[in-house]
Amino acid sequence: MTDLTLLTLAEAREGLASKSFSSLELTDAHLKAVEDARTLNAFVLETPERARSMARAADAKIGKGEGGPLAGIPLGIKDLFATEGVRTTACSNVLDAFVPPYESTVTSQLWRDDAVMLGKLNNDEFAMGSSNETSCFGPVVNPWRRAGSNGAIEGTPLVPGGSSGGSAAAVAANLCLGATATDTGGSIRQPASFAGIVGIKPTYGRCSRWGIVAFASSLDQAGPVAKTVRDAAILMRSMSGHDPKDTTSANLPVPDFEASVGKSVKGMKIGIPKEYRMDGMPDEIEKLWAQGADWLKAAGAELVDISLPHTKYALPAYYIVAPAEASSNLARYDGVRYGLRAPGRNIAEMYENTRAEGFGAEVRRRVMIGTYVLSAGYYDAYYLRAQKVRTLIKKDFEDCFAKGVHAILTPATPSAAFGIGEKGKADPVEMYLNDIFTVTVNMAGLPGIAVPAGKDAQGLPLGLQLIGRPFDEETLFSLGEVVEQAAGRFVAAKWW
Amino acid sequence: MAVDAAATRRIAHLARIAVKDEELAHLQGEINAVLAFVEQLQEVNVDGVEPMTSVTPMEMKKREDVVTDGGIADAIVANAPASENHFFVVPKVVE
Amino acid sequence: MNASAKKPSKLLRGATGDWEVVIGMEIHAQVTSNAKLFSGAATAFGGEPNSQVSLVDAAMPGMLPVINVECVRQAVRTGLGLNAKINLKSVFDRKNYFYPDLPQGYQISQYKSPIVGEGEVTVDLEEGESIVVGIERLHLEQDAGKLLHDQHPSMSLVDLNRSGIALMEIVSKPDIRSSEQAKAFVAKLRSILRYLGTCDGDMEKGNLRADVNVSVRKPGEPLGTRCEIKNVNSIRFIGQAIDYEARRQIDVIEDGGAIEQETRLFDPNRGETRSMRSKEEAHDYRYFPDPDLLPLQFSQAFVDDLKAHLPELPDERKARFINDFALSPYDAGVLVAERESAEFFEAVLDALKDRARDGKLAANWVINELFGRLNKEAKSISASPVSAKQLAVIINLIGQATISGKIAKDLFEIVWTEGGDPEALVEARGMKQVTDLGAIEKVVDEIVAANPDKVAQAKAKPAMIGWFVGQVMKASGGKVNPQAVNDLLKIKLGL
Repeated sequence: MTDLTLLTLAEAREGLASKSFSSLELTDAHLKAVEDARTLNAFVLETPERARSMARAADAKIGKGEGGPLAGIPLGIKDLFATEGVRTTACSNVLDAFVPPYESTVTSQLWRDDAVMLGKLNNDEFAMGSSNETSCFGPVVNPWRRAGSNGAIEGTPLVPGGSSGGSAAAVAANLCLGATATDTGGSIRQPASFAGIVGIKPTYGRCSRWGIVAFASSLDQAGPVAKTVRDAAILMRSMSGHDPKDTTSANLPVPDFEASVGKSVKGMKIGIPKEYRMDGMPDEIEKLWAQGADWLKAAGAELVDISLPHTKYALPAYYIVAPAEASSNLARYDGVRYGLRAPGRNIAEMYENTRAEGFGAEVRRRVMIGTYVLSAGYYDAYYLRAQKVRTLIKKDFEDCFAKGVHAILTPATPSAAFGIGEKGKADPVEMYLNDIFTVTVNMAGLPGIAVPAGKDAQGLPLGLQLIGRPFDEETLFSLGEVVEQAAGRFVAAKWW
Repeated sequence: MAVDAAATRRIAHLARIAVKDEELAHLQGEINAVLAFVEQLQEVNVDGVEPMTSVTPMEMKKREDVVTDGGIADAIVANAPASENHFFVVPKVVE
Repeated sequence: MNASAKKPSKLLRGATGDWEVVIGMEIHAQVTSNAKLFSGAATAFGGEPNSQVSLVDAAMPGMLPVINVECVRQAVRTGLGLNAKINLKSVFDRKNYFYPDLPQGYQISQYKSPIVGEGEVTVDLEEGESIVVGIERLHLEQDAGKLLHDQHPSMSLVDLNRSGIALMEIVSKPDIRSSEQAKAFVAKLRSILRYLGTCDGDMEKGNLRADVNVSVRKPGEPLGTRCEIKNVNSIRFIGQAIDYEARRQIDVIEDGGAIEQETRLFDPNRGETRSMRSKEEAHDYRYFPDPDLLPLQFSQAFVDDLKAHLPELPDERKARFINDFALSPYDAGVLVAERESAEFFEAVLDALKDRARDGKLAANWVINELFGRLNKEAKSISASPVSAKQLAVIINLIGQATISGKIAKDLFEIVWTEGGDPEALVEARGMKQVTDLGAIEKVVDEIVAANPDKVAQAKAKPAMIGWFVGQVMKASGGKVNPQAVNDLLKIKLGL
């Protein structure tokens, strides 16, 4: 039998439907792959027994012709999603061995559609990071490696990006057929690019946030990472939908996203924003971007130069808004009701010790920055101003869309994957710059998809980003597939 | 704007995060690096601009006044570091 | 406009002259609702620990608030009852601080944009005087949980049943000038809330509590530095706390000191306020709009509909009583002060055979006989042994001249202690007033005949007739109609 882990989600779905193999076989193949890939540190918790029992249940349903849209498909779940009865930590020591008595809305919809959970995936602690190095479970290793000068694979372990590093690595390494992820400033699209896979951040409000450990409430949005655009579209349909438990979730019907994969993009206006041509942008990124534009043009789309004048302010505004919200969202980790408690001589000391011990360095830093920008005397200068800038950023996009632009094409990241330990040691801002192309999308609440489009000189995958109108993910799937068809798929050579 | 050591201490205390003396200077430097980075926002003209309150404008959903939850004290305290008779237990709080 | 400024203030005497006390209040009123402000857990009082707690109330990771529309309605109703501006758009903010009774590490409240803006309350005082107290704002917020300190030597216990229950914080302007006014203001506010059904006003359960801001100044001078006395939970304590605090501040200033702005606690056992400096340290609440919620918006039609269905409020009811039954403002005020009392009176009215004739009589009976007796026995109106129906029957009997007022008091006593149908009691115990003119005449004739000297006196001094009336009443055991006796005596005595 062929290696079932090499299938795409759509192919596996076909094989299951045609009874070429069972979900149990498919699941076992992936469980074995997970076991064999522990060196990647993509999974922080494997749940093989649960996976097999879910697979058996799916097989029974498929047998009766009652299987849901994801029947029998093994998936990985980012550890930010609460899973009932299964340890959920957000990869933070402060949550210790927290076992939620509840299931996040997004994952419950996956199980409703008969998907199979393989386990929980590594991520940056509380999704704060761009390299998956801030996880309390240690960094994730990217399945991709640099090509050495003589063409041999170089040994330096690379980051998979972050914060959904475990999700991206697991999909890229064929450990699962798709994974849940979340994106606050680029945490789906940047790791997808680093790992040569597809990732989409839906419009804010498309997927419920209920049961997902909060980082920055006004920016957080769940979405899938997958091997192909089609796979991402399939997953997205199950993950999306209105949730009465989330005030910010949009009460809109969920389209059949898969139907837009392969649709013609003829006549679509694609904006090329001049502000994304940053000083010192590597040539290969510049070339990739031009290549992508050419592919879309060849498919019948019309390219238009646009301007998003406030682009350069998105990242600094983000580094006020996100830490501010995080400082408040993470106040609940106080050692009282769940998670870690570090002793202290009194309640104040107990809080301070618990939070010092429970939070890693990056989380501590962001919580403190957030605390500072909200504190008396600084609120107007920082937080209020950042929220005003955010209004301007959003308006930039609205102006372009009002002129008939259907989507915007940009690079996904300013570079390919870098080595573990290479960045951000001296200056946290160096790491933050990873999100320079993705963060505007979160600030404006728009959907954005990252699709692998080429490789850098070292043989590492690079992605392009397409930004859509609010709640028009369908156009992104159509355009994304054009890029995917032109660029081909990117598969990491197995070395682990 | 930049923070000094005293302000760094004050922020750490507001955030209830213990900071050791030897960590303070490093932390202060990192915070100042970020503050220096966000400083460029001061050059944006925001006169007459409304701060964003919701990124996707919509009407806020409301729930009806019906009791649909509760009665799960076991689950509520199940993960507690310390509990007793369904109460959470914390070091004595002195008023 | 500051209406109270026009009235003479109740000044306090100090060693250096008179002082004016300036008081503003923040009232925390628990919203009457089935479920909490942002979760579906129950609000009922006295549940088992953490039994009325949802995952949201316990601030489990990833939990999100969804607002209870009834709490919004209750806040709007209250705003309307306070003649206040209703804001069609308001915003929920997070007030960030750490405390074990605050699971989220922040309280969802309204800071810059409250649901209700400025309004006013007319407060009746003792000597027929009244003041208008301005309302600054009303906003919705979450209550905290409860800490128990006395169950364990070194630990505190946390119960989150109360956590997340909706509160209305009602902030007054500093329009209050004495402890008496402050007490009357809270009583009036409580009455309005209870009429509206938006808060049960139960201060013992902590469902209504006040933070009192007190400062003193020489009349005409700018406002002094204020101290906030937190969480005072009875109207009596509010008065005591203000009296103590005002005197303390005057003493400090007159001794050459300065008042420090601070939060203080009232100790009911010692009758004094003391500083809470320990909790005061560097509070910086870092308010910002709650990103889990959208702005709270509703239409004017939503407000209009609530307004159309508001119950009658104490001021309106008072005006109606004055108008319909020619009651004095004081009496009408006494009847409407408590919703239950007013409803008792209304129930009496409903059971009267002729409310136009006997309404005022009923008011007098409710105020003097019933309230007097209830007060004496420290009973609440809901525990009254005499029901509204029974009292109405007694009044009907007086109105129809079946019994005299004096007999009615005896009858009231019997109904109070023994119960029973007043009409049947009158019948069975022969308490009926004698209306047979012949029988009355017989008694009158006997008394006139037996007292020739008094008759002579009466002819010279007609006021003496009162003596004869008294004698006749006595001889008949109070069962004759005094008016009939009076009329008859005038004829017999030739007056």
